[in-house]
Amino acid sequence: MSSHYEAPIREPLILGEKSYHDISVDVGAPILGKANKSWWIVFSIALIAFLWGLGCIVYTVSTGIGVWGLNKTIGWAWDITNFVWWVGIGHAGTLISAVLLLFRQKWRMAINRSAEAMTIFAVVQAGLFPIIHMGRPWLAYWVLPIPNQFGSLWVNFNSPLLWDVFAISTYLSVSLVFWWTGLLPDFAMIRDRTKSPFQQKIYGILSFGWSGRAKDWQRFEEVSLVLAGLATPLVLSVHTIVSFDFATSVVPGWHSTIFPPYFVAGAIFSGFAMVQTLLLVMRKVVNLENYITIVHIEFMNKVILLTGGIVTVAYLTEYFIGWYSGVPYENYTYLSFGAATGPYWWAFWALIICNLIVPLTLWVKKWRRNIVWTFIVALIINIGMWFERFDIIVICLSKDRLASSWSMFQPTFVDIGVFVGTIGFFFVLFLLYARTFPVIAQAEVKSILKSSGARYKRIRESGEDLAGTAADARTSTYAERTNLASASNAANTYHQSTVHADALVDTESKKSEIDLMLAKIGTYDPATQTADDLKKISGVGPVLEQKLHQLGIYTYDQVSKMTKTEYDLLDEIIDAFPGRAERDDWAGQAQNLKQ
Amino acid sequence: MASGNVLHVLYNDDDILMKAVKELRSKHYRIIEVYTPFPVHGLDKAMGLPHTRLAICSFIYGLIGLSVATLMMNFIMIEDWPRNIGGKPSFSYLQNMPAFVPIMFELTVFFAAHLMVITFYMRSRIWPFKKAENPDVRTTDDHFLIEVDAADHDLDTLSKFLYDTGASEISLIHNEEHA
Repeated sequence: MSSHYEAPIREPLILGEKSYHDISVDVGAPILGKANKSWWIVFSIALIAFLWGLGCIVYTVSTGIGVWGLNKTIGWAWDITNFVWWVGIGHAGTLISAVLLLFRQKWRMAINRSAEAMTIFAVVQAGLFPIIHMGRPWLAYWVLPIPNQFGSLWVNFNSPLLWDVFAISTYLSVSLVFWWTGLLPDFAMIRDRTKSPFQQKIYGILSFGWSGRAKDWQRFEEVSLVLAGLATPLVLSVHTIVSFDFATSVVPGWHSTIFPPYFVAGAIFSGFAMVQTLLLVMRKVVNLENYITIVHIEFMNKVILLTGGIVTVAYLTEYFIGWYSGVPYENYTYLSFGAATGPYWWAFWALIICNLIVPLTLWVKKWRRNIVWTFIVALIINIGMWFERFDIIVICLSKDRLASSWSMFQPTFVDIGVFVGTIGFFFVLFLLYARTFPVIAQAEVKSILKSSGARYKRIRESGEDLAGTAADARTSTYAERTNLASASNAANTYHQSTVHADALVDTESKKSEIDLMLAKIGTYDPATQTADDLKKISGVGPVLEQKLHQLGIYTYDQVSKMTKTEYDLLDEIIDAFPGRAERDDWAGQAQNLKQ
Repeated sequence: MASGNVLHVLYNDDDILMKAVKELRSKHYRIIEVYTPFPVHGLDKAMGLPHTRLAICSFIYGLIGLSVATLMMNFIMIEDWPRNIGGKPSFSYLQNMPAFVPIMFELTVFFAAHLMVITFYMRSRIWPFKKAENPDVRTTDDHFLIEVDAADHDLDTLSKFLYDTGASEISLIHNEEHA
């Protein structure tokens, strides 16, 4: 069909001979199966890191911010570095699901779910830092504009720090509903596939009773599109406002007009690097290589190249302006001659090498399609982007306008512990997510299967019609249907009253199968119909007729509607059922006898 | 005689489903509902569903958010407790407005996004603890189900017609209230 047309030059986004049912099976597998040993090992490590970080947070809050390495000169260091780093990482998810949706990029569908999960978990980590930094986190509600005990002294809406509160909470909550709305059909799929009553209950609640009506889908698509339209400027606004924290100050190296676009590009750069880091591992662990393919990895690498290029231009601009301004204070900003040769030279060069030089290798097609190299580059960018924020914050503060107060920053074990703890917390959340959530937006992937699936590209190229190719033998048999039906509806004990098959059938599922068969071939109503003589069909003797009667089959009309599926079912139920039913064409005979 | 009977017609391919929906409509059979595992593009048009007005709702909600932000900023920063912060003016809303643009933007987005999603959930009747209503569990996997009103149609003709459109299974659902 032409509606599924896609230029043959485009590489397939779904590899292998996948049908719609295959997608359900593959996406459901990690949730319906058991966790393997490596999951437990990684989860334990993450949990230990998280608990260590939690201990450090408790120590910080109970003792005071003095346990960090801050001093009079450097009043912001690791905490704000980590905050900006995490917020930046939290930009890729919404970018992928919103901006790429507006641009109609089909490849987003395999990765948007996990990228959004990553976004939400990263923003949660980011939010921790300002709250801990308050020193008295139980007073965190003071940042909200609520009438209070100090007369009506309001929060300062002229401050970028308060804009941050609004930007990040809006971003977190909008990302969350965007993510959850997209999850509803996928939770529904798990709800309908699982055989465990507990999971049915849980996923039933999580799916909000999603039923997949045509009108629901129409609204679903509209909501996704509008949310994408809203989230796109939102995601740009968040890091713009984070950059205002610095750009509206008077500190050399901070008060830079280039910061908003530069921070946004840097955030997307680091966010995609983190998506690569996570997905390259995840696709292996949960066997999704056919959905998150080398093509997806290459596309993400191209986004990294673009945003990395923007960041590089911003670096060079900063460096040039620092030198060109001729202001001596500018010589100790994070990108300056002073920084490159001063006591923080290692941080300066880490930034340049990790963010500027290493990503250049991705210009080579062979390297950006190399999984191992991509993984290494992604890790290096993650490190580099942390250094970028460290450089901006610590180097610029370390040499201020008064030479006597120049200072260096030494992190304590608490600084390190809190940071490692948030990494642990992040992975705890992500690993739990990978085990319990559908990690691929399967409903959306199904909608592009016929245009971008390798199997369908092959069928289309061979000139065949795509209509009818989606049928999957596994879901089109009675066995599968009743298996699913009886699992989801165990309480249903209603069976056709014309069936008296207790002697033949012992299981509930068999009875359901018979019901379903009768639903198709029709039920016999003794009040209005008369039984036909089934013995007239060649191959049916008195014994077999009696057995058919027990199953509720009395008329030629019923027999005439039988197909191979029904014969197979009868074969299963009746021991002495002759395999000749198909060969003798009972249905055809019955059709003739009917007249 | 209104029988209240409904046919549940299952298809296992979206292209065949689309064709069937068009044929059913051209024969003037009434389609009560279609359940699909993923958004089938063009299905709403083929079924003759009207456009959704959620985007318009969202726009209105956004305007409400913008108004709330404006009123809030004006009250808090100009009327209730004006402060001179860094020599920036606080005499009138208009003079101080540039500093409030981020808040006004965020609240616009906040209202537009959340109220639209809530409207969507309410209109489509989905919320926690709501029981799913898809008649066959395979409609979230790879099957497509059309609910056809059997009305006064001859069931044999209708079933024959439906099988001809490519239906994989048909079941007749008796509506107890009318039976």
